[in-house]
Amino acid sequence: MDINGLFSNFGELTTTGLTQGAIYALVALGYTLVYGVLRLINFAHSEVFITGAFFAVWTWQFVWGLNQDSTAGGLVAVAYLVSAMLVAAVASAVVASAVEVVAYRPLRKRNAPPLAFLITAIGASIVLSEAYAILTRRRPTGMPTLVSTEPLFHIGGVPISAADLLIVSAALVMMIVLDIFINRSRIGRGIRAVAQDANTAALMGINKDRIILLVFLTGGLMAGIAGVLFNVRIGVLTYSVGFLMGIKAFTAAVLGGIGNLRGALLGGLLLGVTENYASGLFGTNWKDFTAFAVLVVLLMFRPTGLLGESLRGVRA
Amino acid sequence: MTALVARIRAGREAIGVRWRQAPRWTRWTVIAAIIAFFYALPNKEFYQYLGPIPTTGSNFGQVLFTISIYVLLAVGLNIVVGYAGLLDLGYFGFFAVGAYTVAVLTSPASDLKTQWPWLMALPVALVVAMISGVLLGMPTLRLRGDYLAIVTLGFAEMIRLAATSSEFLKGQRGFNQIPHPPGRYADGRPVFGVLDPRPYYWLVLTLIILVLIAVRNLSNSRVGRAWVAIREDEDAAQLMGVPTFKFKLWAFAAGAVIGGLAGALFAGKQNFVNSQNFELLNSIIILAAVIFGGSGNLVGAIVGGGLVAYLIERFRGVELFGWELYEFRFMFFGAVLIIMMIFRPQGLIPNRRRAAEFADRRREVTVGQ
Repeated sequence: MDINGLFSNFGELTTTGLTQGAIYALVALGYTLVYGVLRLINFAHSEVFITGAFFAVWTWQFVWGLNQDSTAGGLVAVAYLVSAMLVAAVASAVVASAVEVVAYRPLRKRNAPPLAFLITAIGASIVLSEAYAILTRRRPTGMPTLVSTEPLFHIGGVPISAADLLIVSAALVMMIVLDIFINRSRIGRGIRAVAQDANTAALMGINKDRIILLVFLTGGLMAGIAGVLFNVRIGVLTYSVGFLMGIKAFTAAVLGGIGNLRGALLGGLLLGVTENYASGLFGTNWKDFTAFAVLVVLLMFRPTGLLGESLRGVRA
Repeated sequence: MTALVARIRAGREAIGVRWRQAPRWTRWTVIAAIIAFFYALPNKEFYQYLGPIPTTGSNFGQVLFTISIYVLLAVGLNIVVGYAGLLDLGYFGFFAVGAYTVAVLTSPASDLKTQWPWLMALPVALVVAMISGVLLGMPTLRLRGDYLAIVTLGFAEMIRLAATSSEFLKGQRGFNQIPHPPGRYADGRPVFGVLDPRPYYWLVLTLIILVLIAVRNLSNSRVGRAWVAIREDEDAAQLMGVPTFKFKLWAFAAGAVIGGLAGALFAGKQNFVNSQNFELLNSIIILAAVIFGGSGNLVGAIVGGGLVAYLIERFRGVELFGWELYEFRFMFFGAVLIIMMIFRPQGLIPNRRRAAEFADRRREVTVGQ
């Protein structure tokens, strides 16, 4: 216990927590969307996330010829970032849809018991993460520094970097766009209808399979962007980071109330801040342990989360 | 094609019928022959006649030991997943508990400095594993389905992270010089030495047989019937007066003891334990083994555990198109999980009751699907 450590670094721990939390929140959206519609924990979503991260790095490496020592600034950096985000979002969306088509849809057709879905999800997750492991020969991949993680300015003595700003604002923009999409658009209405009652929605002329595919696609897009932001923050990518990110994002989703979009944001930020305070208090070794502890305690005592679980609660 | 599949299926069913109708002495002879085969297997004088079965990349006796540990774990997990229908993603945690208990009590590197012999630490390891099963089960078993799975996974990871970070459990440095099981040959050489893996294999094999007898009796008893009832419909079981929570706890505890036993045996053989031995993927491989073999069926779990562990070791040192197959082992089992769940969710050697459950659900396809 190091209470001094917590208070002397309180500001920094908070900003780190918020930036990490913003990334958790983006990934958590994927869990929440799929759970809201299918009541299914898409265990393979963590690998959808690293798909985005890897395709971003590969875009920088193979399309733009950057390596881990390159730096860029100004508009060039923006171009690199935007291109990577596009590629990553598309790649993640494609992988997420592929998982749905290959691993989940056949089970739905056969009316398999819920645990069967979880087992194929684990299978899909392993296949994907091992594919990246083999492609990268289980070595970490370095990447160019496009957005500075050095302090840009200080607020009350707390350093804020350009990367922090980019991550939090990008995440917020994505969340707002998604919220509008789900609540205002025609397709969004379809998604909410399927979430409320899939069979009735099907009788009302909604193509259920197409909506479900769309849900996976949307979750994938968000995870792809999250992958790029993760790269910006961490600067090194290993095939195995998906697992921890997946667990934490899932925790964030449950914390806010799984199936609840705004809950995902709240849960992500809260989890990010909590685990950073815990690492200030007990040492960085215990940071991941805290995330797991939050998950376990939460599932045991308040599985509906803070805001309650519902994608259906949002009325049309 | 379908005609062929039908013929194979008919043939398999005929074997099943024949087996159940065979006189008792025939069955015992066959079982005795199988057991004798497995005792003889690690001897080079025997396995050299078996063609491509022995592994090329590593010592076959060592491989057999690994396989036997997997079989033991699969039998244990089969109780939890197959009989009681509780998806436990943290089963390897109990293996860790068993191995660490032995390590802490026996290793000179431990803070306790007790340095017990292996055999004295073994029962303690089993009891600690059982208690940890109950402790894990008490708060979590109120949850159902996928939440239970995630919580068990969370607990197993917490054990691993705690082992990595805490001073007492030594993290990656681990515990060394864990003693081997006792026993000496007539000429004074220890039975359980460093060079020859065969005695360890024989020890595990013997224990597997004992565990199988126990598990079989348990599953044919009131406890076993309660597990099946819980698996099929927990609410209905509760309404019929089955104390579901108690029996789920039983399943967890029984599985945990077997996992702990496997861990203690592993520690006694390996004589070194650190936190890297307990990755999450191991839990999932054992789950894959149980599902692959046929969860809920003892023979299925044994075949699954044996086959999965054997394939992993068989891949070692085998190259295909310039890639070492061993690199693909996890990917392969991930794919096995998906394919099995879609096309044969009841496993290779299914439990007949469970297969019927799957077939039933398949018929109840709902609107819009």
